[in-house]
Amino acid sequence: MDISLFERMSDFAWRINPSGNMRVPAIIYASEDLVRDMDDKVREQIMNVATLPGIVHAAYAMPDAHWGYGFPIGGVAAFDADDGGVISAGGVGFDISCGVRNLHTGLTLADLLPLRKELADALYTTIPAGLGSTGRVHLNKKQMNAMLEGGARWAVEQGYGTTDDLAHIEEYGCISGADPTQVSERAKKRQQDEMGTLGSGNHYVEVQHVDEIFDVSAATTFGLHTGDLIVSIHCGSRGLGHQIGTEFLRRMAIDAASYKLRLPDRELACAPILSPTGKDYLGAMRSAINCALANRQIITHLVREVFARLFPDNRLNLIYDVSHNTCKVEEHVVAGQRRRLFVHRKGATRAFGPGHSAIPEAYRAVGQPVLIGGTMGTASYILVGTEQSGHLSFGSACHGAGRAMSRRQANKQWQGRQVIDQLAAGGIIVCSPSTRGVAEEAPGAYKDVSAVVDATADAGLARKVARLRPLICIKG
Amino acid sequence: MSDRYWEHFHHEADIGVRGVGPTVADAFGEAAVALTAVITDPATVVGRATVAIRCEAPDPELLLVDWLNALVFEMTTRKMLFSRFSVSITGQQLHGTATGETIDIARHEPAVEVKGATLTELKVFKDNHGLWHAQCVVDV
Repeated sequence: MDISLFERMSDFAWRINPSGNMRVPAIIYASEDLVRDMDDKVREQIMNVATLPGIVHAAYAMPDAHWGYGFPIGGVAAFDADDGGVISAGGVGFDISCGVRNLHTGLTLADLLPLRKELADALYTTIPAGLGSTGRVHLNKKQMNAMLEGGARWAVEQGYGTTDDLAHIEEYGCISGADPTQVSERAKKRQQDEMGTLGSGNHYVEVQHVDEIFDVSAATTFGLHTGDLIVSIHCGSRGLGHQIGTEFLRRMAIDAASYKLRLPDRELACAPILSPTGKDYLGAMRSAINCALANRQIITHLVREVFARLFPDNRLNLIYDVSHNTCKVEEHVVAGQRRRLFVHRKGATRAFGPGHSAIPEAYRAVGQPVLIGGTMGTASYILVGTEQSGHLSFGSACHGAGRAMSRRQANKQWQGRQVIDQLAAGGIIVCSPSTRGVAEEAPGAYKDVSAVVDATADAGLARKVARLRPLICIKG
Repeated sequence: MSDRYWEHFHHEADIGVRGVGPTVADAFGEAAVALTAVITDPATVVGRATVAIRCEAPDPELLLVDWLNALVFEMTTRKMLFSRFSVSITGQQLHGTATGETIDIARHEPAVEVKGATLTELKVFKDNHGLWHAQCVVDV
């Protein structure tokens, strides 16, 4: 993007002042290099978001922002329902509550090395991944509704994990306000074989090791030490969330006229929060959030089964679970006034600072763990929320590396087999049903995750705690 | 170039599908092939079974989104891939068929699953040469 189109607020904050129909400014947090490398569509989309009714303070884009649909991926925007604020299905995304969950294995790199191949094979054969895969959990109507209301809490009640896990999940494993009656039969049908499945694209289960600690105090609080072995799970609400996104994007596009919403582009389809469409979407979206939390809980159970076979004496503890495609009701102080806002995070992670009541007690003094997924060849990070993130970005940070190249370009540039061999030579085992899928996810197709994380830290959105390097990657 | 073809177009995170043909229905059919090509090479998908699809939408753009999303639904719930399509459009209604087979992961090596068709870059229009274009970005 042309950097001259922005007002430089600092080396890591870039502002577009309101013009035309923009109600608030748009602010991008990133280094100058990252902003220059962003697609022009990011600027166009974040300016469009700034035109939506009831938007509060500013529309934000995180350092990993890239061209999405409606909202940019890496977009954050908060709306006040009492001020005509809207909720947008595109502002949440199709993969509702897609997120990252990290488990501490209680093992070190040295423990893994003799069994690395066996572990990779066992994870690959146990965790259903890719299009056409089927989970082992099949729910009837009553069970489906109970899952949509109960989230990870429901999964634990069914024997997938322990109650200790729930304390370390956003919303303590279950968001309130889910309304399964707003989830269509088609959405439920799409989910019938997909509980406990990974999906495809950028979703993964990775075994990683802690490569570097940046903040000893926070790392100690999160139980992290150099050399520790971590399992990271990245997936979302599967077919159910996709179908809810599909149906409500359509309904909001059609209903916009009846709500007298003048949208700059149809892709920004939204509805007033207090309208029937807005309320129905909230009930359905929260059901999908619970579905994603249950899904990651079941996959956690599968991972624990595998580790129990190979490392019988160890126990996998949940460090934290974050969702990065959501709209949540939160209280934020804006211009000195505490307000109840609907915060959309589309490809952005909640990053609450120390003392926030939503953070588990064990972590509350240091802040919320912010889990950033990288690529299968580079690194992932654990950050921690800062005090200032609340007023900088409604307590939000980046969510990953962010794509730098389209899938089509990546598929032309790399061959999957070659990517797998190169990563194997570097000590990373990749297991996937699709070599083309691997090519499309080649590490070179993504931005430099370290540059994204550094910009996030430099902008004050979150602080670096630890870097994790991949050892095994199960891709869908 | 043929008067009937499909192609993908650039989108940074996801992928654009475009069908082109002498009629709107032809363009919709080609867009469906482009959808399959996001996942696998359509040439590897054998026509063993046919599924009937009906959609209705207030305008051609939403009808395209509905058609593609109906195919996504059939693919995921039947665990099938499709390579041959027939489409007829009357007013706001679409009647179509999709012919294909059950996913064979080893043979088809599905690269991604499509989550849904979006309203981004959504267009149905006739070009200066009289050919219809039907396109949108699909989320993967």
